[in-house]
Amino acid sequence: MNSFEAFKDPALCRALLAKLVQEADTPYRFMEVCGTHTVSIFQSGLRSLLPQTITHVTGPGCPVCVTHESEVACFLELAARDDIVLATFGDLMRVPGPKGKNLKTAQADGARVEVVYSPVDALAVAAANPGRDTVFLGVGFETTAPAVAATIRLAREQNLKNFRVLSFHKLVPPALAALVADPDINIDAFILPGHVSAIIGATPYGFLAEKHGLPAVVTGFEPLDILSALLEITAMRKSGQPAVVNAYTRVVANEGNPVARAVMDEVFTPVDALWRGLGVLPGSGLAVREEFADFDALGLPGVSLPDAPPLAGCRCGEVLKGKMAPNECPLFDKACTPATPVGPCMVSTEGGCAAYHKYRLEL
Amino acid sequence: MCLAVPMEITAIHDKIADVEIAGVTRQVRLELIDAAPAVGDYVIVHAGFAIRRLDREDAIETIKLFQEGLNLELL
Ligand code: SF4
Repeated sequence: MNSFEAFKDPALCRALLAKLVQEADTPYRFMEVCGTHTVSIFQSGLRSLLPQTITHVTGPGCPVCVTHESEVACFLELAARDDIVLATFGDLMRVPGPKGKNLKTAQADGARVEVVYSPVDALAVAAANPGRDTVFLGVGFETTAPAVAATIRLAREQNLKNFRVLSFHKLVPPALAALVADPDINIDAFILPGHVSAIIGATPYGFLAEKHGLPAVVTGFEPLDILSALLEITAMRKSGQPAVVNAYTRVVANEGNPVARAVMDEVFTPVDALWRGLGVLPGSGLAVREEFADFDALGLPGVSLPDAPPLAGCRCGEVLKGKMAPNECPLFDKACTPATPVGPCMVSTEGGCAAYHKYRLEL
Repeated sequence: MCLAVPMEITAIHDKIADVEIAGVTRQVRLELIDAAPAVGDYVIVHAGFAIRRLDREDAIETIKLFQEGLNLELL
């Protein structure tokens, strides 16, 4: 077994789970704030095996889901323009906007939309479409923003004049700060996103323990990672000594990845940003810096953030805050299914509603 | 969306590396990685970029700690 495969080892997982069942004698609710954790908690079967005392609450960890209604309306307006080619990660294609439109329906209406695997691929789209501006939809957390920043630097190196980024990136710590400041949020501990933390490190989450007395563990995505994080949280709750612990040391350095952060900081600067369900959060987004203004899609004539109403009946906002479980939404599995999604939390494979739908036998 | 997978580096050409996992091969860019990786290293790949090198010794150490904590002998 290679040293990384061992984190899936069933015998070791069973032993760790048995220990968790034994130790977790007082109830707590933990929130995961990363869509990949959401999926892996369900997919591994862990969710149905957790001791009765431990309740899993899914949080705002799906970048597609937290993209605000106005931001969706903004990129759909761009898609409708004849002078624009959109390049996007596939996850955004079916995110519903005003009047039931999404990028797929826009494509059917003649919009030029290219799905790319990497933002760098969008540079080739721009090169292949002279005479039009290619706009890459910059959606994602700190994991993704450095890749988009590096792409903007490449565009400048290549002297590409028709490539721009619509930067709707979001930052995780300000969202966590907003969540824990909400008196109605009933969360006792966090498991923190492994790959966001690979970039920012563990230090920016310190306030969770210091200011709010909440244990929080940075961890990876294998069953063993999640179980060990829960054991760690259980132990911290018992000892009454909450801390922010990095349990993903094979990938995450406590200081994160300074090279990636430098690239991100060279190109982007923090700004207030809109989150679905959470509203405007100070310093929680990234705007393209003045020095790279030629690559900022918000600088194109006619681009703005239109007012857009919340999706009728959709409770994604509450789901993202952990205030409502997806299956408590009146539309869940009725009007809203992955085939007929009403909100983004059912569209994205990392969305809480999609996970509940796919693994509903385990609820 | 922050899905990022560990892949093994099979070749390095300046700022681009060939990576492989389970027969899938790709090219990834190295501008964001904070320590120069070598062929045979595993890196976490996200959106076409290698973002961190996986630390093999650390992984072995972590597993050992689990086993000791549980009094297990598995590897
Ligand atoms: S089930 Fe559908 S309508 Fe309800 S919150 Fe989830 S995405 Fe929105």
